[in-house]
Amino acid sequence: MEQDETLNKIEVRNLKKSYVERRSKKRFLSQCEPQEDCKVLDGLDFSIPAGCFACFIGPSGCGKSTMFRIISGFEKPSSGTVLIEGKPVTGPSNRHVCVFQEDGLFPWLTARQNIAMGLTNAAEEARDEVEEYLELVGLSGFGDHYPHELSGGMRRRAEVARALITNPEILFMDEPFGALDFVTRLQMREEMVNVHQMFDMTILFITHDIDEALQLGDKVIMLSDRPATVAWDLDLDFPHPRDLTAGPLKDLRKEIYRKMGLHLAL
Amino acid sequence: MAVRRAGFFLIFSLLLLLWHSVTTFFDIPEYLFPRPDSVAGAMWEMVLGGQLYRNTIASLFRVTWGFYLAIVTAVPLGLFIGRQRYFRAFLNPLIQFLRPISPLAWIPMALMWFGIGDKPAIFLIFLSSFFPLVVFTISSVLNIKKTYLRVAQNFGLKGSRLYLRVILPAALPEIITALRITLGTAWLVIVAAEMIAVKSGLGYLIMDARNSLRMDKVVAGMVAIGLIGLVLDHVIRLLERMPSVEWSRMRR
Repeated sequence: MEQDETLNKIEVRNLKKSYVERRSKKRFLSQCEPQEDCKVLDGLDFSIPAGCFACFIGPSGCGKSTMFRIISGFEKPSSGTVLIEGKPVTGPSNRHVCVFQEDGLFPWLTARQNIAMGLTNAAEEARDEVEEYLELVGLSGFGDHYPHELSGGMRRRAEVARALITNPEILFMDEPFGALDFVTRLQMREEMVNVHQMFDMTILFITHDIDEALQLGDKVIMLSDRPATVAWDLDLDFPHPRDLTAGPLKDLRKEIYRKMGLHLAL
Repeated sequence: MAVRRAGFFLIFSLLLLLWHSVTTFFDIPEYLFPRPDSVAGAMWEMVLGGQLYRNTIASLFRVTWGFYLAIVTAVPLGLFIGRQRYFRAFLNPLIQFLRPISPLAWIPMALMWFGIGDKPAIFLIFLSSFFPLVVFTISSVLNIKKTYLRVAQNFGLKGSRLYLRVILPAALPEIITALRITLGTAWLVIVAAEMIAVKSGLGYLIMDARNSLRMDKVVAGMVAIGLIGLVLDHVIRLLERMPSVEWSRMRR
């Protein structure tokens, strides 16, 4: 048991979250009975070893983002525990950095200033470091641009750079590439593989894209429909780059589609 | 830019033309509505006599001070209240109670407290700007995108760093809009206040001209007020073009 805890970076045990429905205009849209607790997470159990690239998939609205906010410390669970390196999570930390689903770059700062936000050390030595990270994400020459002057893909790169420059132990990414076009998304996917190999960190990555999860993840955790439980906890020990159109990955992909209730011929 | 300038000249030429034709065609007497040429004459007379300059400076001096004092108190207070739920619950009723009281209703009190001179007028401008600015600033803080606050929290920003690097810049575009609206109100109020409380300024100039039945001067004073209002609005709008504020317009 002792050893188990030192091995795993993140331990989630019987995690539950329910919201008390407020009387609201949106009530008739919600799937919950009025005045009743709205269950979002219904006892999640999983563990993620250090350095793992863990992908979470599941039907939209199943509570993936809620789970993320709880593990990263922005929200409190209704019950259950989240342990990071054996210690319960008490709040957000700058060692565990999030890239949120929505644009999180500060629009009043340039790309360079945004990335420098992640740093705490003095300005002079930071300059070179910021430049280095701009280059790493392919944005050298765009440092003085404001976010609204960059494309969607570039904004995402800058945001990833801002997270990486803090040298986090855990990187949380909530559908980070969901709003990007297909080709940009594939590029970002490739770069994430490189990033994970370059930096020694644990990554938690939400996606609605099953292929993305299969290509990136050392582990894919599939959540059920709301209220969410772990439907499948899958370890993927395949080298990169991965080919999803043949071999065991093809079968796994089929199996995931089947478990999600999709019967398309793929 | 060219379109805007053309629109500006077109509308004012049309206005002048209409004014001239209506007053001459119906032969409206000067004491009811003076003709543009006599207003221009009165304006020129006041420019030469230094009257216009002196009174404009007097009005602008009061507005600048009152408005400035309101900004440096209302904006920080609004930012703070906007972040503190309990302070909001506590102070909001008070602000909403004081806000609808017209600054002009404060004139008797202002005169009692500050006597005759610039001070009561500055106080009235301060009052007229302070409450709307606090309310606007609070609402602009409440409108900040939640993601920005989460990111700030994630990077461990606290205290003055949080306010200066995230809360203020995130709220700034809406605050600047509020400044535009509030400065317009301040300019309205100063003229009214000067009609009652002091012996200088554009409001006083108008009342003084009325007392000597110089309607051409009255209208000339009104034109001056309008033109200065236009300039003030333009000055505030320059702030909206700052690069760190421009994003809010690009979003749309």
